[in-house]
Amino acid sequence: MTNVLEVKDLVVNYGKVEALKGLSLTVGAAETVSLLGNNGAGKSTTVGTISGVVRAGSGSVTAFGKDVTNAKPWDLVEMGIIHVPEGRRIFSRLTVHENLQIGGYTVTDGKAIDTRIKEVYELLPRLAERRNQQGGTLSGGEQQMLAIGRAMIAAPRLLMLDEPSMGLAPLMVAQVMDVVRSITEQGTAVLLIEQNARAALKVASRGYVLDSGTVTIEGSADELRADPRVVEAYLGA
Amino acid sequence: MTDKRLDSSTPDEPSGFVRALDERGDATVGTVGQGLAPATTRRANPVSRLIGHPAFGWIVIALAVALPFINSSAYAIRISTDALIFIMLAVGLNVVVGYCGLLDLGYAAFFAIGAYTSGVLSTTFGWPIVLTVPFVIVAAVIGGLIIGGPTLRLRSDYLAIVTLGFGEIIRITANNLDFTGGPNGVYGIPDFGDFGDYRADIATYWIVVVVVGLAVLASSRLGRGRLGRAWRFVREDEDAAEAMGIHTYKVKFAAYVTGAIFGGLGGVLFAVHQTAISPPSFNFLFSALILMAVVLGGMGSTPGVVVGAVIISLLPELLRGAENWRYLIFGILLIVVMIFRPQGIWPHRTDEKPARGGRRRSRTDATEVSQ
Repeated sequence: MTNVLEVKDLVVNYGKVEALKGLSLTVGAAETVSLLGNNGAGKSTTVGTISGVVRAGSGSVTAFGKDVTNAKPWDLVEMGIIHVPEGRRIFSRLTVHENLQIGGYTVTDGKAIDTRIKEVYELLPRLAERRNQQGGTLSGGEQQMLAIGRAMIAAPRLLMLDEPSMGLAPLMVAQVMDVVRSITEQGTAVLLIEQNARAALKVASRGYVLDSGTVTIEGSADELRADPRVVEAYLGA
Repeated sequence: MTDKRLDSSTPDEPSGFVRALDERGDATVGTVGQGLAPATTRRANPVSRLIGHPAFGWIVIALAVALPFINSSAYAIRISTDALIFIMLAVGLNVVVGYCGLLDLGYAAFFAIGAYTSGVLSTTFGWPIVLTVPFVIVAAVIGGLIIGGPTLRLRSDYLAIVTLGFGEIIRITANNLDFTGGPNGVYGIPDFGDFGDYRADIATYWIVVVVVGLAVLASSRLGRGRLGRAWRFVREDEDAAEAMGIHTYKVKFAAYVTGAIFGGLGGVLFAVHQTAISPPSFNFLFSALILMAVVLGGMGSTPGVVVGAVIISLLPELLRGAENWRYLIFGILLIVVMIFRPQGIWPHRTDEKPARGGRRRSRTDATEVSQ
């Protein structure tokens, strides 16, 4: 099985602060991999670097066998690597439908966009109900669904979700994770950045725990769930 | 406290709450909590129904064309031509500020570049005005590249300051160069041509009507296309737009250069209309007035910006009766409008109607989803 994403010895500096100190991880095809870690561990920096928003100091990022260490965000989107940024970042003054349409900005086939929007509405009927509402009037959970739905319009091959559970009630976290699960079932690889280890390890098959810019623990979701360090730090024994 | 109680079990033995989540079945995907209820659609009042009618624009154009037959006094033609040129500038700036959200405080610079390029070429080399147009476009694009290239990587506040400086640099340069005539400016700029029996000012007026009409149409179409959509996304959230695959730098650049071309062409019309141009016409106040037309009319809304431009350019004329007080009254009126209609006189609708084909399509898939 070839890996969708390979990150090798990635180092990122913000001025003198070393955010990542040689981080390596892989995401396989149609696999959901979870990236756990505390605030400041370097989770968002990792996705930022992969998606081309943050410049890598050294190390390499390979996606679908191509070196994309210094690729620009728009090139990566064309390649099917879609980043759902932290804090949802939906367009709050545009309608739900327009928000979904922008997801297909790089798709030139208008029919494909329409079919995918329809698919998203089927997966997330609540969005269909609110298609003409402004994004900003949705609840937090709906906004997160919209952000994920918007990313799906581009037909991603690798979807990177940065803390989709942030600020959501536990029930909604579970629903967001259900959506993530159904996305994986469609064959999309997912890199799931989370603080909520319990929820994340339920959908992920493998996971990495990040601490101060390096991977400290890695393993299958079951191993991580049973690891006493993870239990103590994230699951609350 | 509550969290502790809920999560007190080990991961192997989930708490009651987590079990409840697990067992709730898979029928609930996507039925996340309550947001605000869908807004009820407001009934349009008769005025907005009238101005929203497709024929309304044509009526306005017909009136503009017919003006010389209604009132052919030199004064009426003069202020109408001024207003039309101002509309041209306002729709151009609307692309930059309204569509793309780039605050440009030195828009008069492009206006000056257009007016001077056309004026200098036609007076020194005796070229007909039409022949200078391609050079004006090139000059405006170069101006846009020089100022936009380095600054569009920056975010709005910096851009505002740099454009402000750029506007002043162009004006002061024109004031100090010899071939631009220094403080005297360029004079004796020819008309568009010889129109025989027609009065020259009326012929110029008609040409201006046509050019400005096309410019308004072009800017409104640009706003609705793929590029226009990208502009709006960049305006709303640049980072998110980038994450969606929009080449933000390129897109901003396109807006800036488009605005520059509109400004440059407006300058050509101005040069011909005035027959003489000099640096004080292109001061900061003028940039501010164009910006005011955009904000007053409604950022991003083509009809709004046209209305705003007409008001800004004609109101001081209509207030002439108030003598020395007219600019005070003008200012007060503007403040009153902005307090009671901060979104502008004719704001851009957020629930933008999709194209006709699109509307039909979305209606059908709405029914399919609701099954």
